[in-house]
Amino acid sequence: MVEFIIYKSIICVVIFAVSLGIAAYSTWWERKFAGLLQDRWGPSRAGWWGLLQPLADGGKMLFKEEIIPNVSNKFLFVLAPGLFIVTAIMAGVLIPWGPAVSINGTSYPLQISDINVGVIFLLGVTSIGVYGIMIGGWSSNNKYSLLGAIRASAQMISYELAMGIALIALIITSGGTLSFSEIVAKQDAGFANVVWQPLGFIIFFVCAMAETNRAPFDLAECETELVGGYHTEYSAFKLGLFLFAEYINMFVSSAVMAGFYFGGYNFPFAHEIYNAMGLQEGSWVISLIGFGAYFVKTLIFISVFMWIRWTIPRFRYDQLMNLGWKSLLPLSLLNLAITVVVEYFRGNIQF
Amino acid sequence: MLGYTITQWTFGILSFLAIMFALMVVFSRNPINSVLYLVLTFFCIAGHYLLLNAQFLAVVHIAVYAGAIMVLFLFVIMLMNLNQDSEPQKTAISKVIAGVIGGLLLVVLVGALRGTEQINLTQYGHSDIGLVKNLGRVLFHEYLFPFEIVSILLLSALVGAIMIGKKEIK
Repeated sequence: MVEFIIYKSIICVVIFAVSLGIAAYSTWWERKFAGLLQDRWGPSRAGWWGLLQPLADGGKMLFKEEIIPNVSNKFLFVLAPGLFIVTAIMAGVLIPWGPAVSINGTSYPLQISDINVGVIFLLGVTSIGVYGIMIGGWSSNNKYSLLGAIRASAQMISYELAMGIALIALIITSGGTLSFSEIVAKQDAGFANVVWQPLGFIIFFVCAMAETNRAPFDLAECETELVGGYHTEYSAFKLGLFLFAEYINMFVSSAVMAGFYFGGYNFPFAHEIYNAMGLQEGSWVISLIGFGAYFVKTLIFISVFMWIRWTIPRFRYDQLMNLGWKSLLPLSLLNLAITVVVEYFRGNIQF
Repeated sequence: MLGYTITQWTFGILSFLAIMFALMVVFSRNPINSVLYLVLTFFCIAGHYLLLNAQFLAVVHIAVYAGAIMVLFLFVIMLMNLNQDSEPQKTAISKVIAGVIGGLLLVVLVGALRGTEQINLTQYGHSDIGLVKNLGRVLFHEYLFPFEIVSILLLSALVGAIMIGKKEIK
């Protein structure tokens, strides 16, 4: 029991720290990447290659003046950024970062919690994430904030439907399991899920982008129309938390996509390589390599998110809703129908 | 701990919180606070489902009620911008009438509960009835017909909502 608690505490702290670290350095990488695409340097003053830039930004946020609007609901105003960041981190508990390590015959999975309804838990957590934005926008007592909050929540609800149906197709492909670790483990033999679910992956990717409120879907904080959107009235570190949570969301959804559709810690010829290196099942070296593979995939997805942000301009609000309801939802239903037929011939479904 | 198991403690604390939040829904002056307390109540009830080993139900409860339905509630209440100034004044007579009706409802409920016999619940030790696999098997084998009826009901509600929400065709 004591061992179990120590192991869970270590893994919780490590994954928490890694999420925050990656989120901090995503801000740096985002600016470097934007610089790359726009043919300029990006941050280059703080530290070598601007590597200390996230720390400088954090320090600036901490030392700024804190302003709470006089008429707002103070408790909810302070609660909102915290709530947003908590829900952003929460989905991270599901992600199986690598093959289980076995020490003295006990197997220790590199995952905080293997929930047997993990996929639905993921949908639940993303849908709760909207409360932070809504409460923040409303308690600011500002019309622009309220409009931003309402846009964000309408967008999240709309895109959740297509995302859910894309996930149903994915569940059918992975043989009816709802557990994240089993979905990843199923891709060990054979192909990654993206081979069987190309359309599903595209739908999920677009929805994930909309759920994380990233450009081109960042209508909630559209500067040209809404000043700053839901965080107009926020200042200092509360604003920092809102911006930070966006990067955590991006990190988690990249990890989810890499796990669901690109095999997670599996990679082609993994077993041949492990055998050639003479590694036993459950060795920590295998876990380390698997973790590395998963991490590289996640980082690639984060970069793709950024690449899209700096390439495609923001949608109009009616275009956003049309895309969600008139394109993605029918497409996801079509994908579900195709999946059922394909899986019937592959023998995953019996009638 | 005082002769109770951890499960019993969890049940007690969750029930206390659920009832407290439910009361706060009714008693809080601000409708936004009411909605947020209702969300907390749903979380407590989801905890109860977890105690019954019904993970699927618990997570769906959160995803559907807390995640979708209450967001829409919050949406509407935020747009209406209810606050103390715009709240309609209630006259004394309407308060009296509401009190009497509420009291009568309480009497009816208590009377109905008094007449019931206590049901002997069968206690399943580690029941797996709430897991997705078993739930699906039961729904699609034993209760297939009621399930289909419910889905038709939902479909007709959907069509109705779209009909009401649609613009007039000229």
